[in-house]
Amino acid sequence: MTNKPIIKVENLVKKFGNFVANDHLNFEVYEGEIFGFLGANGAGKTTAIRILCGLSTPTSGNLNVAGFDIYKQTELIKRNIGYMSQKFSLYENLTLKENIRFYAGIYGLSSKEINKRMDNLLETLKIGDLRDKLIGSLPLGWKQKLAFSVAIFHRPRIVFLDEPTGGVDPITRRQFWDLIYQAANDGITIFVTTHYMDEAEYCDRVSIMVDGRIEALDTPAGLKKTYKVSNMDEVFLKLARAS
Amino acid sequence: MRTIGIIIRKEFIQIFRDKTMLPIIIVMPFVQLLVLVFAATFEMKQINMVIVDQDQSASSRRLISKFEGSPFFTIDGSTFSDEQANDELLAGRSDIILKIPNGFEKNLVSGEVSDVQLLVNAINATVAGLTNAYSNYVIADFNKQMISENVNIIQPVKLKSVDVTYSYWYNPELNYKIYMLPGILVILITIIGAFLAALNIVREKEMGTIEQINVTPVQKFQFITGKLVPFWIIAMFELGFGLTLGKIIFDIPIVGNLGVLFGFAGVYLLVALGLGLLVSTMASTQQQVMFIIFFFLLTFIMMSGIFTPVESMPDWAQKVNIINPFAYFMRVIRMVLLKGSGFRDISREFFSLLIYAAIILSLAVWRYRKTA
Amino acid sequence: MKQFLGFIKKEFYHIFRDPRTLLVLFGIPVAQLLIFGYVVTTEVKNISVAILDRSKDDVTREITQKIIESDYFTLTQNLQSDTQIEEVFKTGNIKEVIVFEPNFAQKLGRDGTAQIQLIADASDANTANLIVNYTSAIISDYVQKQNKLQLMPMQIKPEVRMVFNESLQSVYMFVPGTMALILMLVSAMMTSISIAREKELGTMEVLLVSPLKPAQIIIGKVIPYVALAFINAVTIIVLGNLIFGMPVNGSLTLLLAESLLFISLALSLGILISTIAKTQQVAMFISLFALMLPTIMLSGFIFPIENMPVVLQMISHIMPPKYFIIIIKNIMIKGTGFGFVWKETLVLIAMMMVFILLSVKKFKIRLQ
Repeated sequence: MTNKPIIKVENLVKKFGNFVANDHLNFEVYEGEIFGFLGANGAGKTTAIRILCGLSTPTSGNLNVAGFDIYKQTELIKRNIGYMSQKFSLYENLTLKENIRFYAGIYGLSSKEINKRMDNLLETLKIGDLRDKLIGSLPLGWKQKLAFSVAIFHRPRIVFLDEPTGGVDPITRRQFWDLIYQAANDGITIFVTTHYMDEAEYCDRVSIMVDGRIEALDTPAGLKKTYKVSNMDEVFLKLARAS
Repeated sequence: MRTIGIIIRKEFIQIFRDKTMLPIIIVMPFVQLLVLVFAATFEMKQINMVIVDQDQSASSRRLISKFEGSPFFTIDGSTFSDEQANDELLAGRSDIILKIPNGFEKNLVSGEVSDVQLLVNAINATVAGLTNAYSNYVIADFNKQMISENVNIIQPVKLKSVDVTYSYWYNPELNYKIYMLPGILVILITIIGAFLAALNIVREKEMGTIEQINVTPVQKFQFITGKLVPFWIIAMFELGFGLTLGKIIFDIPIVGNLGVLFGFAGVYLLVALGLGLLVSTMASTQQQVMFIIFFFLLTFIMMSGIFTPVESMPDWAQKVNIINPFAYFMRVIRMVLLKGSGFRDISREFFSLLIYAAIILSLAVWRYRKTA
Repeated sequence: MKQFLGFIKKEFYHIFRDPRTLLVLFGIPVAQLLIFGYVVTTEVKNISVAILDRSKDDVTREITQKIIESDYFTLTQNLQSDTQIEEVFKTGNIKEVIVFEPNFAQKLGRDGTAQIQLIADASDANTANLIVNYTSAIISDYVQKQNKLQLMPMQIKPEVRMVFNESLQSVYMFVPGTMALILMLVSAMMTSISIAREKELGTMEVLLVSPLKPAQIIIGKVIPYVALAFINAVTIIVLGNLIFGMPVNGSLTLLLAESLLFISLALSLGILISTIAKTQQVAMFISLFALMLPTIMLSGFIFPIENMPVVLQMISHIMPPKYFIIIIKNIMIKGTGFGFVWKETLVLIAMMMVFILLSVKKFKIRLQ
């Protein structure tokens, strides 16, 4: 991990009519870190992540992702990022192989390269037998893990994960985080939103959003120290009550 | 190019994997084509006639037997009561009542003009008009016979006459099926193509997969093209298959150049599918898309001239037809197939649709937002 | 019961929230009625004809004048030679060419007979047939006037009465037809799609585990559409009356009751479709694509059923709109009472029962 910022956000504001979803957000994400983006449901996490991915335009603010300006160079940003949305987004009526071929193909990977990486992936995850299974027939835990694998298949510099572990059991969540660590080891910056406070402990740094504002940003250890509590849950409760 | 190819391949895999949709796309249109072509006919086969003969004379029986002899009429009852006859009409069991009044023969032989009454069930005005015409033929025939039999009684007059001859070009047997088949085929392939295209993008929106595509560097025109081509191919294929069936089963004439026809169809489908995609990019749920497309489809089909000639429509309707892609193709497919019109004859329609396609597809690409 | 009412409210809200959908649903009957009333008329009007006059004398000019004075025809072109005929037909606008033989007036005066040839573009057989009939009628009318033909003795003069429809208006056909078409499609489509939507988005499961009974769920989903379709039916009756003068000679109550019955039938067909369809797409293709053209073409709306081949007449027996059209024509035009339509009504009720029974059966199998 370096201290070189790969995402720079200055005064990000996003309004929907009168509702302010993101209220002057300021933060930086460093290259190679696992950045936790925490907050209750409706705190404005998804809005921010969609803006960073270029799926939504901010009302105002200066934003730079992977060295590109978010207003003018959106398509260049898209070459360098991966995204896994809250809504499951692999095609249920395509097989794993067909899904990978489709998404990787759109990123311009050659067929040879796709096949090589796919063999690697299947071997690492020990799921060679899932290659020709329809995604719709797999259990949710596997779907999530595969969605993540597809999101980083084209080796982006940053991957954005929007509540990737929603609705899966604790064991699968643990396995999922193993995958995240592995990706981080490979040099991919991880930007992850969650409302599970235990997952916050796995992050290098976390920000906590309450009602559209970032109320705290530090390492998990730093936050616990500042608020003089023993776990992240209590940090969060303290912040939420304060507002 | 490769990106477009990848999108097209994915769409085809999905289309052919859907075992419920496949028969609907492939089988249903042709079943409908074969059945409905037979239904589309105004030819009168059988007119049910009830007789009220109050004269009961040789002449009245002769008139009745004239009607019996006509291939169009079936006498399915006779009664003395006007009321009973009217009931038959009211219940829809008979189409026409012939009333021969008392004194019919007396008037006739005394050299006067004799009256009969025809009561036609006119709820369907077209059918009533034809019924009337056919019964007039029968009566005129009867009159002619009367004249020739009594030529010595009636003063022969030297009359002028114009000899009118008819020829029905392109379809001497007045076979209506060969006119309807191309029309029905156009509707079927358009519904399939336009709906599949229209539902496709909005379905990805509803399922959430569109987000995953929107974070990729795919270009907007690549995406729209990738979504257009598969359904274009399917519709073109179905057009070809439908024409083949028409040729084999109904022996529809294919007088013109098939290259011209398919070239025109290709441009037409760009417009039809482009409209579908445009609606799809603007809507957020499949339900919305379906209702909007349903509305336009029903309106456009009815105004296209499939059942009735466009020329007889009011001016405003003909103006609306400028934006009705059905109207162009409905006209051209019949011209090329039945009359052998060449490219020069349809070039105005061709270039109009080409411009239309360019506008609609640009709009669809422009309206498709990768960023909400 | 309270939950049930809440559920119905939610369904109403869901429909009325989207103005575009609402506009389409209420606009459809109005638009279709206007189209059938003003646009899709089977009457022939303003047909383009060309004249090839090889004689160019007073008589041919007079006959030409008579032809183009009628509402049926517009003279678009004067041709000079035979070869042009094919050309004008191929570019498409001209439907008939009228050919006068050379020395027309002279022959008519000297020999008492002269020749006119009518060449029709018969690719549209119906129109061609009508045009030729109209043209010959105009010509023979002209000749008769020339002959100052009095009625000859020993002739029958038929007196024709067009019963139920003196002025031969097409409104008597298209108002009942439009009503059947709209109610059928809108009801079947809306129900099947909205239930399929819940299945596709996975919300059906949520509803099924709720304390609501399956029957309540279905009824709750259907009630708003009953209301909507009923408004459509009333719209058609009112507009048909105000704009096109379509009467309601029989009982209005009976008419509305029969409409409600037909709506319920279409809705139960929609429910049946939704038990088969897993996705909205399938539901839509079955309810719209499979129903639209058959409803227009096999119900007696445009093409008379009696003229169809026997097999198609048999198929038309299973088309619900056919019976509905018979019923509403009876009530609206002939003013007959229930005594004349009870058979058709029973058929509709029986069909509805079959749809409901099949749906329940399918639904149970799915739950197991």
